[in-house]
Formats: sequence, structure tokens, C-alpha cells
Amino acid sequence: MMIHIDVSSVLRQTLSCELYSNLVTRPTGAAVRTQIEALLDDERDRSLTVIDFSHVGMIDFSCADEVVAKLLLRSVAEERAVREVYFLFRGVTDDHWDSIESVLERHGLALVMETDDGCRVVGTVNDRERRAWQTVYDLGRAVPADVAPAIGTPQDDAARVLDGLHRRRLLMRLEDGYVAVGGLSDRRA
Amino acid sequence: MTSVITVPPSLDDQSFEQVVEQLAAVPADAKLLVDARHTRWASPYGLTALLTLGQTRQERPTLAVPEAEETAGYWARAGFFKHAEELFELNGSVPRARAGESSVLLEITPVVKSEDVHEVVGRIQQQAQKILTTELHYDPKATVGFAMTLSEICQNIIEHAGRGGWVGVQAYTYRKRLGKRVVVVAVCDAGRGFRQSLESAPGRVLDDRWDDGKALEDAVVRGVSRFRDPGRGQGIAGVRRFISRWDAKLSVRSGTARIALIPSWDEDVPLQENLAPFPGAQVQVTLAERVSGGPR
Repeated sequence: MMIHIDVSSVLRQTLSCELYSNLVTRPTGAAVRTQIEALLDDERDRSLTVIDFSHVGMIDFSCADEVVAKLLLRSVAEERAVREVYFLFRGVTDDHWDSIESVLERHGLALVMETDDGCRVVGTVNDRERRAWQTVYDLGRAVPADVAPAIGTPQDDAARVLDGLHRRRLLMRLEDGYVAVGGLSDRRA
Repeated sequence: MTSVITVPPSLDDQSFEQVVEQLAAVPADAKLLVDARHTRWASPYGLTALLTLGQTRQERPTLAVPEAEETAGYWARAGFFKHAEELFELNGSVPRARAGESSVLLEITPVVKSEDVHEVVGRIQQQAQKILTTELHYDPKATVGFAMTLSEICQNIIEHAGRGGWVGVQAYTYRKRLGKRVVVVAVCDAGRGFRQSLESAPGRVLDDRWDDGKALEDAVVRGVSRFRDPGRGQGIAGVRRFISRWDAKLSVRSGTARIALIPSWDEDVPLQENLAPFPGAQVQVTLAERVSGGPR
């Protein structure tokens, strides 16, 4: 199930004001996140949500912490593990990136960002994890045996890397292998 | 008996200390006359700090407004008098604010609630982009960082001060030191200040060295927050990054101390302690005209 959330629309609903397009202040961020979480509450088992920043002017550090970091932290939290919530970030520009990058670093988080050239994983991931993710993304669907040569490790290690990326909600685990977040949306057209 | 506080001819973050020193000798409930008749110039810091002074008094003080028409006219355009009349008895000729060519990027605006920060950021963006890129030769990317910095500093009032404050932004030529154009942001409040805010953190252990200076070091340099949430303190960290990237200046005064992140073009003191006490926090960010647009 894929859901699309236009953050700018959520912001305007939250503030009850059409004039503001900037995600600023921690209370605003908390309110926007709460609204997004409420939209996701109806979803079961596994869902992919596109968080769309296309119409957001700028986002400050406090708001990025509330909206991006806390949303990701909750999606990877153990108590939510029964429900798999994945996020794909769309419309992130240079105007948003400084604050988003900063909060990802602070919390050791990573996310999948959709750009004109496709999707990529950004934030706190090591080189091996990045290559593993990219391999799965390029292949569309992959198992440890596909990824091991690309990252130069035995299959057992590749399996651990893929499992780690799955637990961080950067890869989805299906019955017949892993799919990258954004890999599905990229091929939806 | 009325105590008279003389406002210096040029009122900025440095000379406001003269005001605070005079104020330290006056009991909080004493009748006060703030004499700005001979003041000819004021920075946004001077004006917003003067408003916070009015906030601190138990009895409504009197403000003798600048006699120079040009000065009083500027104070009116900066939005000073419309807030001052709520805090002071105004004595003298108060001009009406007239629209026109002005160096005021953001007139003095109250910051009380989250929506005020939205308003401030929304209003500043276009103006700031024009001034920063065309007059101060900054890369357009700096405009977003500037708005973020403004947002985070204003939020400090909402999150920590416990009462409202003011923000003002102005562009002017900084003749005293640089002879260059600068954009100055001032955000001042008379709330509880950094020390008291950090002291309210649950389980906070205070050592022998704990004072206003240490509180400022913790908050500004180390990003310590009174909240346990590990995501806290990122705002000030982001401000520090912006200041460093664009060789700008940040100074924060709170209680009896003042800390400054000093750029290459300035010769301020990193930490001043044992200043005359003044409540709340007074923050100033200065961006100076650049030779080239990129970050340092």
C-alpha cells in the first residue's frame, strides 16, 4: 500500500493558515508529525509512504528533528516492528537538506530520497551498506547471493547487511528477497 | 524619587552595557526615567534591548524620546514606538511611522508564540535574499541558512524565556570597525535566561563553577539543553554552523555574562563575565559584506 503525503498541505491544515509554507518551530513540527502519524494509523502490516516536500519553502533544524527524525525513529523502533512502515522522501531540495542532514547525523539515521535521477540512500550509512542498498535498488529484487559479490563479502555477511538495512526500513523484505524502498515506486510508472 | 538612566548617543550591543550598569544601581520598583533625548543612533539590539528594559520594571518607566527628528523617525519606522508605548510613558515628540526607503529589514516584532516565528520567517525571506545577495554579495544559499538561524534564535524565546521578547533586523554600514555593509539580527527577551533555564533540567547537577558564563558555554558552545530529548540543542548547533560557514558573528548575553563567536573581521572578547546583571537573553547575529559569495 502506498500513501502520498504532501507535507505542505499537512502544514497548512495544522496551522489553519494558507499563508505559511515554511516548516519552522518545534511545536509546528510536532503537530505536523502527529498529523502524519494519524494518517498512517489506519495502515496495517506494511506500508510505503511518500513524504513530499515539493511545496515546502524551508525547514529549520527543530522542525526537521520533529518531522523527519522522530518519524524515522518511530518507524524503526522495536515496538512498532510488527508493523512495517517505510518512508520515501520526495521533493527535498538544497533548501531543506542542511537541516535534514544535520538531524540524520545527530540520530545516526538514514532515509531514501527520490531525486530526478532515481532514488538514493542518504544519512548515516557506511560504504558497504550504501553499496548493498544500491545493488538491491539496481537489481529491483535481490537476495544475499546477489549482493555479496557487489560488496565484497561472504553471503552470511551480506545477509546481515541486508537484514540491518531492512531493520532500518531502507529495504523491504519480501518472501523471495529484498526490495529497495523507492525501488517499487520508481518502477510504478 | 525618580532615577535617571542616560542612553548613550550611539546605542548598540556594546554601549547598552552602560545602560545596564546604570540600571544595576536602581531598585526594581523605583520610578525610572530612561533618557534617550541625545541618542542619535540605535542598532536593532539597542532598540529591542530597550524594550526588554521596559518589561523588567515593576513601575511603568518614562522614556524621553530622541530629540533628533531623523533618529526618532527611524525609531518609528523600525516599529519601536508602537511597542514602547505599551511599556513606557513616552515623553517628547513621537513621530508617526512613515513608509519609504528604509534599512529596516524586519521591523521590531514581538515573539510570543510559535505562529510569530512563522510570521517573522515568512516576512524576512524575500527582503533578506535581496539584501544578502545584491548588497552583501552572499551566495543565494545563505538566505535559507539566514532564515533558519532567525527561526532558531526566535524559538529560544518561546522554548526557554517564559515570557515574550522582540526581534528586529536591519541593514546598515558598520563604520566603526569595518566600513562595510552589515545585516544585524537582534532577538532580546527579559525572561529567565540561560542559567535558570538549564538549572530547570531534571537531575541537573551544578558544580562549583556554575554561573551565567558556564551556562552560556554549555548552551551555545556545547548545545546543552534543559530537555532530555536527544534531538534538542540542534537549533543552536545549526546556528553555530551557519555563523562559521559565513564568517558571521554571534553574541549572546544572559544574566551577568556574554559569549561571542568571533569572525575573522572582528576583535571581540569570547567570554565576558561579571557584567552588570540583566534578565533574560539578548542575542545578536551580524553578517558582514563579503568580497566573494561562497562560504569560507
